[in-house]
Parts: sequence; C-alpha cells; structure tokens
Amino acid sequence: MSEKTVHVEVHRDDEASKLGMWLFIFTELLLFGGLFLVYSVFRAEYPSNFHEGSLELSVTIGAINTIALLISSMTVAMALTAIQKDNKKLALALISITLILATVFLINKYVEWGAKFEHGLYPGSPLMKYLDRGHLLYFSLYFFMTGLHALHIIVGMVLLTICLFKVRSGNVNSKSYIHLENGALYWHLVDLIWIFLFPLMYLIN
Amino acid sequence: MANNTTHTTEYKVLVRILLVLMFLTFVTISVTSLNLGAFSVTVALLIAGVKGFFVLSYFMHLKYENLLLRILVALVFVLFAVIVLITFIDYAYR
Repeated sequence: MSEKTVHVEVHRDDEASKLGMWLFIFTELLLFGGLFLVYSVFRAEYPSNFHEGSLELSVTIGAINTIALLISSMTVAMALTAIQKDNKKLALALISITLILATVFLINKYVEWGAKFEHGLYPGSPLMKYLDRGHLLYFSLYFFMTGLHALHIIVGMVLLTICLFKVRSGNVNSKSYIHLENGALYWHLVDLIWIFLFPLMYLIN
Repeated sequence: MANNTTHTTEYKVLVRILLVLMFLTFVTISVTSLNLGAFSVTVALLIAGVKGFFVLSYFMHLKYENLLLRILVALVFVLFAVIVLITFIDYAYR
C-alpha cells in the first residue's frame, strides 16, 4: 500500500507583495511630486509672497512634527526588526509608540490649522479672496499639501492599527511579516514626504 | 516555507540613522536663520535630499534590496527630475 501524502502549500510571494507596495509608493511619490512642481513654479514667480506666507507658520510646531515623524519612522522600522527576531511584545510596543507619535502629529496639525481658521484663513474664506495672488497661492498650496499629507497620516495609522492586530493575533510573525513590512513602507513614505514639505513650507528665506 | 527576503536591520543602526536625521533637521532650521539668499533653497533641498536618501536606504531598507527595485526607485526620481527640468525650461522660454 502506498502512502498518501497530502501536500498543502499556501501560495505566498512576499517579493511580489513588496514590489506591488513599491509600485503604489511610486504613484504616491509622483502625486506629491506634481504638487511640489506646482509649488516650485509659483514660488519662483512670487518669492517674496511665499516668504511672507511662511512667516505666518510656527517653525516650532513644524520642527516638533518633523521630529515626531522621524522618531515614529524609526520605531516602526524597529517593530519590523523586533518581529523578525520573534519579539512579539516589543513589536507591539513599538507599533503603539508609532501610533501615539502619529496622534501627536495630528494634534499639532489641529492646533496649527485651528489658529489659521480663527484668523479667518481657510480655503474659500472671505479673507482668502482678498489676498494677493502670491499669498493666495501659498496658503492654498499649504492647506492642500499639508492636508493631503495629514490624510496620508490617517491612512497610515489605519494600516498600522491593522498591523497591530495582526501581530497580536499571530497572523504576522517571525516567519511571515510582509503585512507589517508593507505597512511600515507606507509609514516611511509619509515621513519622506514630510522631510520635503517641512523646509519648503516653513523655512522660506 | 520561509519566504522572507528581507534583511534584518539592527536596532542600533536604526538609532544611529535617527540621530543623523535629527541632526540634519537641526542644521536645516539653523541654515534658514542665516541669510544665504538664493542659496538657502538649494541648501534646504540638498539637506532634505540627504535625509530622504537615509530614509529610503535604511528605514525602507533599499540598501539591502535587489538591484531591480533599487533601479526602479532611482528611475522614479530621475523621471521627476526630468519633469521638473522640462517644466522650468518651458516656463523660462515661453
């Protein structure tokens, strides 16, 4: 009697998953790239208005947010290292820290935007209509670019929360961690975009 | 079947990269307060570029990825640079 072997293999291709994530990141880079292009053309046209506009922003808040995102980028990268080393507890803690830092970023953004709104500065406000063309362009780009970036922060938080549950349930583990890896890649993208947004929006000389 | 292709980046390497990034952030902010005129944008973008390189290489572990992916990422940035160049040529000579 021959022995029957049932060979069950779940199809998995981490390399392809990662490549897919990168292709998506490329589209995101070009999306923000287009906005940076619009920004640079108008900044070249209205340099002094862009400078005056940037003086309205708080460099301190911008710097705190930059540091929050940089640290969060490191903690999520560490979470991946932790899961690769099969340290589930540490990975959970590190993803949680990342989420807390993301919340700090959003609270800062809320305070920042809130102050602008109080001064009557928000997209479509009566005040905005009476601004010079250069100022109008600066603040429109500011709200659109930081707003779109903040939306990416929220999406990143949702992805990392899913990763948190997957790590906790053991779905993401030391042998299979592509979900966390891709989630982390998305988070680094958000950090990468901010690295360019911060000097271009806050530090105009 | 193990199917992981990712290099494990040590904690201390990640900490070191963070310190470099923090330092460069500090440099960008200080450079703005100096009045470098037209150079300040160049310096700011140069520093942001270096920071981006560190994030891509170490946090996004491109340094340890296969050549195909690294070339693809580089091409995206080349593509963007070409678009910027063409736009500004068009803008300057219209």
